[in-house]
Amino acid sequence: MLTVEDLWVDVGGKQVLKGVNFEIPDGRTHILFGKNGSGKTTLLLTLIGFSAYEVVQGRILFKGIDITRMPVNERVQLGMGVSFQRPPAVRGLLTRQMADICNRSGADYKELAERLNFTDFLDRELNVGFSGGEMKRSEMLQLMLQKPDFIMLDEPESGVDIENMHLIGKVASELLERHLNRTRKRSGLIITHTGYILDYLNADLGYVMIDGAIVCSGNPYQIFSTINEKGFEECANCTI
Amino acid sequence: MYYLSEQQRVLAEGARDKACPFGEDINLDAYIHDPDHDQVPTYDELVAEERETLVKAGFDVGDHDRAASFLQVNHAIGHCCRKVEGVEVMPMRQALELYDSLPEYWWQAVDVDADKYTAKVALDFDNGYFIRALAGTKTTLPVQTCLFMSSEKVLQNVHNIIVVEEGAELEIISGCATSHQMKQGLHLGVSELYIKKNARLSFTMIHHWGEEVVTRPRTVVQVDEGGTYISNYISMKKVRSLQMYPTAYLRGRGGTVRFNSVVAAPAGSHLDMGSRVYLSHPECRAEVISRAVSFGGDIVARGHLVGEDPAVKAHLECHGLMLSRRGLIHAIPELEGRAAGVEMSHEAAVGKIAREEVEYLMARGLSEEEATSTIVRGFLNVAIEGLPASLQKDLDELMARSNEGGM
Repeated sequence: MLTVEDLWVDVGGKQVLKGVNFEIPDGRTHILFGKNGSGKTTLLLTLIGFSAYEVVQGRILFKGIDITRMPVNERVQLGMGVSFQRPPAVRGLLTRQMADICNRSGADYKELAERLNFTDFLDRELNVGFSGGEMKRSEMLQLMLQKPDFIMLDEPESGVDIENMHLIGKVASELLERHLNRTRKRSGLIITHTGYILDYLNADLGYVMIDGAIVCSGNPYQIFSTINEKGFEECANCTI
Repeated sequence: MYYLSEQQRVLAEGARDKACPFGEDINLDAYIHDPDHDQVPTYDELVAEERETLVKAGFDVGDHDRAASFLQVNHAIGHCCRKVEGVEVMPMRQALELYDSLPEYWWQAVDVDADKYTAKVALDFDNGYFIRALAGTKTTLPVQTCLFMSSEKVLQNVHNIIVVEEGAELEIISGCATSHQMKQGLHLGVSELYIKKNARLSFTMIHHWGEEVVTRPRTVVQVDEGGTYISNYISMKKVRSLQMYPTAYLRGRGGTVRFNSVVAAPAGSHLDMGSRVYLSHPECRAEVISRAVSFGGDIVARGHLVGEDPAVKAHLECHGLMLSRRGLIHAIPELEGRAAGVEMSHEAAVGKIAREEVEYLMARGLSEEEATSTIVRGFLNVAIEGLPASLQKDLDELMARSNEGGM
């Protein structure tokens, strides 16, 4: 599904990603761990194609196509989707209108909005005055309607209370088709700090990013447990 | 002259050359004011020719879903009809004859000598409309008016009066437009609006002028106790020069006014506009919201709130979006507190579209152009809700051009 080869990325003239390599096969969900500022969000926003993230070396292959220089919307049309950690507020645009933009199939999403406890927010301006949890539910609704093949979630649990965490986790699992086994097609790359989302995903592989490079990969649950016990420093030595 | 007192006439004569402190000073002699020889098309001819233009100015040529209609072409009345009881709609000259020169209202809110434009309207008055909602009348359908110019270099001098009597509620859609064949023209419009006790007026004005048209509307609104005035102003099309500073006086407890304006300035447009509100009684409220988009044209967005009683609240908001490397948006919000305890605030912002917002929408599948248009439309929709479909189309066309000028 996704192959990242020797990816070097500058942001505002500063080198942030330094030779990132990894591959996510069809149907697999991988987890990205790392301290704040290690380059995790930069990686996601580079994968989706935001212009502030300049690829200076390496390439990104999605479904076998080199998308390194492709505009954001074309990557989305190919099947990429992302839930942003801090999406911008768009004044004058109702959340319902954004949902309609995502809903290319024209499906009725009333029930979905209700499930996400989000119906009352549809007629509010997108992300204007939303709490962290409200933003995350809005992002998940948009992704559910967009139905991407490759799903990136940037800290889906940040700012979300326990009750809504359960909701987000279930929706993320559904989005990533974790209930399916052999027929599962969708893949994902998830950034998590708290690890709560792991309880819902039965994720396949974890990475640790330190200073713009992936220093370790392995069982995500084992990695998370090591980080909790010994911190990221231990990952730099990769004892797993 | 018949319609002016001797004192008013002297004042107007004295103001013939009085420039307005704002906007370009217009040479009135460059325009033709010859009502006796002007060839004005009949309503049927005009409808056939200019149907689309009228529709873009919010005017329904079939009078569908309208309580009443009024159309003036250059100096002449093109159409005037009324479909409901309780609302009077008639040409201004007729109202002056019928009601003994309307001493309560005629030149009682606007000064004849405010500047050379009010003086010109006073001295060379063509016509205009008189609209009155009788006490307690609540219409569900709007009254529509249109001031239309069709002759090259025509000077149109209009004087309008709107009275909403005690407890009445009225909605007006007022369009101003020009024939597509006409390039240059000057529209001078004096409007005096009287909102009586506990009355409510919603007034939506749509400007759809020709590209080389110059316009100088002069509007004053008096709002009595418990009255509400809501003004929506929309101008999406190039107009060479517009200058206006409508002013509302809240003259009784609990008076409320809201000025919403949405303007776009394509290259070659010069708009100098704002709204001013005097809040002089307890519990008065005012809100002035403007959204300005420059596609290369110049916009001066003014606003002035004057709090004269301790228990008033008012807010002013000027937001501008620059979509071209050329052009100007100059936001000038002013707050004037004249009593301890007033609550007045303002916010002004001029900027470009945030790249982050465009890419956020692109991440949901929109192209860059579609994302930009969506954001600009949202920006403008903040102030005006329920835009007529025909206007929305105009807006969409403008949006499609939003990448011009090196964006």
